[in-house]
Amino acid sequence: MADMMAAGEEPEILFWVGCAGSFDDRYKRVTIAFVRILNHVGVKFAVLGPEEACTGDPARRAGNEFLFQMQAVSNIQVLNGYNVKKIVTACPHCFNTIKNEYPELGGNYEVIHHSTFLQGLINEGRVRVEGGESFKGRKITFHDSCYLGRANKVYEAPREVLAALDADLVEMKRVRANGLCCGAGGAQYFKDAEPGNKEVNVERAQEALATGADTIAVACPFCMTMMSDGVKNQNQEDRVKVYDISELIAQGQGL
Amino acid sequence: MAYLEQILFVVAVAVTGWFVTKRVKLISRAIRLGRAEDRSANAAERLKIMLLVAFGQKKMFDNLLVGVMHFIIYAGFIIINVEILEIIMDGILGTHRLFAPYIAPVYPFLINFFEILAFGVLAVCVVFLTRRWVTKVSRLNADRHRELKQWPVKDATYILVAEIVLMFLFLSWNASDSVLRDRGIGHYGELQGIVPDFVISQFLKPMFTGLSDTALVGYERASWWLHILGIMAFAVYVTYSKHLHIALGFPNVYFSDLKPKGEMANMPEVTKEVQLMLGLTPEQTAEADPSGGNDNGEQPESIGRFGAKDVEDLRWINLMNAYSCTECGRCTAACPANITGKKLSPRKIMMDTRDRLEDIQQGWVKNGPDYKDEKSLLGDYITVEEINACTTCQACVVACPININPLDIILQLRRYKVMEESQAPGSWNAMFSNIENNMAPWKFSPSDRFNWAEQVNETK
Repeated sequence: MADMMAAGEEPEILFWVGCAGSFDDRYKRVTIAFVRILNHVGVKFAVLGPEEACTGDPARRAGNEFLFQMQAVSNIQVLNGYNVKKIVTACPHCFNTIKNEYPELGGNYEVIHHSTFLQGLINEGRVRVEGGESFKGRKITFHDSCYLGRANKVYEAPREVLAALDADLVEMKRVRANGLCCGAGGAQYFKDAEPGNKEVNVERAQEALATGADTIAVACPFCMTMMSDGVKNQNQEDRVKVYDISELIAQGQGL
Repeated sequence: MAYLEQILFVVAVAVTGWFVTKRVKLISRAIRLGRAEDRSANAAERLKIMLLVAFGQKKMFDNLLVGVMHFIIYAGFIIINVEILEIIMDGILGTHRLFAPYIAPVYPFLINFFEILAFGVLAVCVVFLTRRWVTKVSRLNADRHRELKQWPVKDATYILVAEIVLMFLFLSWNASDSVLRDRGIGHYGELQGIVPDFVISQFLKPMFTGLSDTALVGYERASWWLHILGIMAFAVYVTYSKHLHIALGFPNVYFSDLKPKGEMANMPEVTKEVQLMLGLTPEQTAEADPSGGNDNGEQPESIGRFGAKDVEDLRWINLMNAYSCTECGRCTAACPANITGKKLSPRKIMMDTRDRLEDIQQGWVKNGPDYKDEKSLLGDYITVEEINACTTCQACVVACPININPLDIILQLRRYKVMEESQAPGSWNAMFSNIENNMAPWKFSPSDRFNWAEQVNETK
């Protein structure tokens, strides 16, 4: 972003990578897939790079409002400094926080989750799923992220993106507003689960596996980890893979 | 004799009114313990939500069969109340079916309609008792949910049985009255030709044809009295019961949270400090915080606790939520933590909040209006293990048929635990310090944040 600013250029969008997209080895592949799609289409985008910092979501949900607001106010200063107007992110938690919680602290941007952004590119014909792997006849099930779905009512965009793959989209028993959480939200990801008789991600992975799909599509870095671990727990990792929707599109495009 | 009945009736109404008023005052004082928050804006939108969700019971129809059954009880309750108006007027004036001569053409139609509803209510109550005690629907089963043990299951059963008894009294009263009318006895006979047999109670008439005139009049009077006294007792009982939702459900839905579900309420008192720490000027503060936390009168004069330890730290809407909860357990049935055996139950969060308020009320009644005990919601009622099990997935919030928000309470309790007591699980503290020092919840160097870019142009 700093380079673009110095060159006097203005990006179409700011891609907010998020901590998982920057540091988590598995989710870095999602970042890369999404960036490849953007490059292929020719979307002029920028990233903050080292100037990006955690939105503060896990701190806020864990109860640490001070830390959240320190992060939020600093991030807003950076974003406002670059006069950012439109933000796209592949993380529903970043999406929710920047979209819904930053305005009250002085950060007003158009914030779009990458599922909605990809849906737009597909609808405009800028992204065509061709030239890569064929998904015809394959069964894919989509796991709703709480912070995308219930929290922000984005249920159809990721499904429409998947529809572009021409695969067989099969739904789990609990979907959309009734979707079952992967177990990571509310900062659960960053601590052990409280005592119980089952892990939430195992419950959800079993439900996903019951659909008979060979691919579990997700749209959130934390769902990605939880669902992958759940599938491993059921010893199905050789048969069933967990992918982000942008990875599937990139695969379909041969990127 | 007639005058005696009238006097007794007026006394009964007055006593009921006195008890209900006393309870309403106590409950509204308890709700006002909560922190102020202005939820009056967007009246049109609120009205629409209330019409759809409260009057229309939109969310109840997520399960169509249960939705229809609940609607029958609800419609029965509201519409049969029109007949209660006549019963009360008769009671006060010592008349019998006061309205019948005046609205003779539609009177039979109205009573038939009430009778069909009464029969519907009775039938649905039987089904609901069956669901509780025979088929044992999971979310209503006290063996599976510790918060339902003892009083809550009794409360539910009492209400259903009371409804069945009341409806039977109403129907059998009509039946005995019809037999008296046929026999042309006293003022009952005066309505011969004006009031016909009714659609349901005509089938109950054989129960009474064998009785003597005196016994029949006795039953007619007894059932009339028991029915209306039952309703008065019910009105008082409801204020102690989970069934308070029949009244509070409406304002509760009207004052629903209109923000996107994912948005957590801001703490303006923290914003001010954070902005000062970051060296932002007050002008920027005012601009940066358009809601103007300090100017709109939403904030208390002195800053209380950060987060909530007890009910007075919560917002008033959280407390109204607690009084509106019917303990149906749709929230708990949808909760991923509860499904996987954790201690957390969103329904218990609401019930604990109400129990806390009820205990405070009892303290006022016993020890004077300024009494405050040593207990607190977090610790004595809700444990840290429960609130720490929440994934903030919003399933409970979405599931509630009357838009109660247990998550909002959980998050305020967490804020207290972390900000006032600095008590968080060790791994959360590690996450906090990572964010503070590395700008990410993990221990990575901020300068490595852009490293992924090197791989973008690599071939797979």
